[in-house]
Amino acid sequence: MIPRHLKIGVAVMLAVVLAMSFYAWRMRGRMQQAEPATAYIRPVTPPVQGPTEQLTLYVAYDDPGSLRAQGASIPLPAGRQERAQELLRALLGLYLEKSSSHPLGPGAEIRDVYLVDPGLAVIDTNDAFADGHRSGVLEEELTVASMVETLAANIPGINRVKILVGGKERETLAGHADLTGFYDVSAVNQLVGELQ
Amino acid sequence: MPWSRKVLGRSAAVLIFGIVVGCLLARRVSGFSEEKRLAVYSSNGNYSLPVSERNGTDYIGLLEILQPLGTASARLDGRIWRLHYNDVESEFTAGGTRARIHGRNFDLPTSFLLENGRGLVPLSSLPGLMPQFLSFPVNFHETSRRLFIGNVAVHFTAQVIKSNPPSLVMQFSSPVNPMIATEPGKLRMVFTREPLVPPGSQRLTFDSTAIPSATFQENNGAAEIAVSGAVPLFASFSGDGKTITIRPAPQAAVAAAPAPGPAQGSSPVPVTQPATSAAPPQAGTAPAQVVSSNGTQYFAVVDASHGGNERGAELSDQLAEKDVTLAFALRLRQELLAHNLPTLLLRSDDTTLSLDQRAGLTNIAHPAVYICLHAASQGTGVRLYTALLPVGGEGRGPFLGWDRAQSAARPTSLTLASSLAAEFGKRQVPVRSLTAPLRPLNSITTAAVAIEIAPPAGKISNLNSPAYQQLVSEAVSAGIEAVEAARHKPGAQE
Repeated sequence: MIPRHLKIGVAVMLAVVLAMSFYAWRMRGRMQQAEPATAYIRPVTPPVQGPTEQLTLYVAYDDPGSLRAQGASIPLPAGRQERAQELLRALLGLYLEKSSSHPLGPGAEIRDVYLVDPGLAVIDTNDAFADGHRSGVLEEELTVASMVETLAANIPGINRVKILVGGKERETLAGHADLTGFYDVSAVNQLVGELQ
Repeated sequence: MPWSRKVLGRSAAVLIFGIVVGCLLARRVSGFSEEKRLAVYSSNGNYSLPVSERNGTDYIGLLEILQPLGTASARLDGRIWRLHYNDVESEFTAGGTRARIHGRNFDLPTSFLLENGRGLVPLSSLPGLMPQFLSFPVNFHETSRRLFIGNVAVHFTAQVIKSNPPSLVMQFSSPVNPMIATEPGKLRMVFTREPLVPPGSQRLTFDSTAIPSATFQENNGAAEIAVSGAVPLFASFSGDGKTITIRPAPQAAVAAAPAPGPAQGSSPVPVTQPATSAAPPQAGTAPAQVVSSNGTQYFAVVDASHGGNERGAELSDQLAEKDVTLAFALRLRQELLAHNLPTLLLRSDDTTLSLDQRAGLTNIAHPAVYICLHAASQGTGVRLYTALLPVGGEGRGPFLGWDRAQSAARPTSLTLASSLAAEFGKRQVPVRSLTAPLRPLNSITTAAVAIEIAPPAGKISNLNSPAYQQLVSEAVSAGIEAVEAARHKPGAQE
């Protein structure tokens, strides 16, 4: 003979399980109705602690295929490496805007920037940066020149830049711009002169 | 006496004539004999050095071997040649067989030679000599003159897959890029830069009538794998250059005529690849032989970028960059041949070629100009690119980095680009000249320009228009012809 209190306990627990199942089912339905992940395409970066500074970004314009120096006020942290990261994130932020002059693929992000003495900066981008990049000599060249020049113009002492994708070396950005070597800042300066 | 002066004058003239003819003959004969070379393989890079023969013994420059491996310098102090390599000091005496290395005596099998400040050591001394300077294991294949420093060897396996048709799959432990040539009953792969080592046996036999065997040989600083075939064979690359698959060539490809071109009896046969019209495109197929077997000196090399698995830019839903560049390249070659400019097309079908293969094939052909074709949907007209080269140089001794081999040819590349720009301007085609970090321009040792062709008036489909392709090809051909004409002007520098 099962005691009465045990029967009541099992019945209550069964009711709780059913109620929770119904609640979970409703929640799942609501989530499916919600807008897909478009809102999460932009990388989420922690807020930067530091004073706002006036800087120069070299921004690419697909039409007419040029690079222009553009002033920007960006809060930057104190560390040299962190400053370099924020600088490039701000640049990519411009390219990820809807009305961008040089659109990049969704989800493009700077993972890290490493400053290696003497004068070498290593930019580590994520896979989406290269996988979603439009293919073409000029499009890819504008992206590379924009990043290298922005970094070199605002972080003193950088004379070579290496670009990685997902922490690894890739042959080209999207079939054209060479990523196997080091970008010499002096050579990129000359290129920027041609692109202005 | 006048008579004796006359005789003396004639004798002198005959003697000078004899010396000149002798020198010319000697130079010609030496040109035909194969130069002896030593191949050095190390984790710092692979390189090849000339071997000098003195009194029947092979000698090699010691400084030249060590320079790419670390910090090396030498100075001459009377008859003593002092060599400093990293933290190792050494002394060699001209004509002597005893050297002092790091405070210890070392005996050479034959005497040390000094020639114009260069210190030459006998080749046979390398197995004992190199470990005195290096902290890596050294393995020297003396008969084939191949020196392995450290654990750099590339190994391979070979297996016949019994499909229809059967194929021989060769797996390499690192990417390889051999020179491939075919002859009746054989496909030869020559590895000049790869530290390829022999498998267990020099001769491999397979249970296949189509591909019965393969042999491994080493000679003069290179390794060769020769695959025997009862039928014509061709090779294709995959797995990032780590896999080479050899299979019988399709009948259509075998029967195919040389690449299409204008029917001109005097025109050279520029390419020995199968023609696109005769065989379906084969993605991933490497050209079996790209340098003309009839010894043609190509004036231009035209490189249709991308191809095979690599589609390039998706210009529209139906249009891939690799197809547009090939169409332009075929038309451009036709145009250049029509102007009697022998032209090599690096790919005449849907073939995969790596950037290094493109550079290697071009440099071997020694053309006067290299034109690389790209296509884009953005903008209008054409953009001309020359190589973006690093400022300064990091060459080690006589060696020049592969990524800056273009340095010496840069002035001629700029001349070519400006000549092309002028011709496009004459034809009202919008043109822009830029530098670009675009391989393989950096590794080309001759005048090299990449042309990115955009649609004429924004309509992408116009890239396929025969009229536009003809206009662009005519402009490029005229620009190249102008450069060629300038080269032949009196006083022009070659």
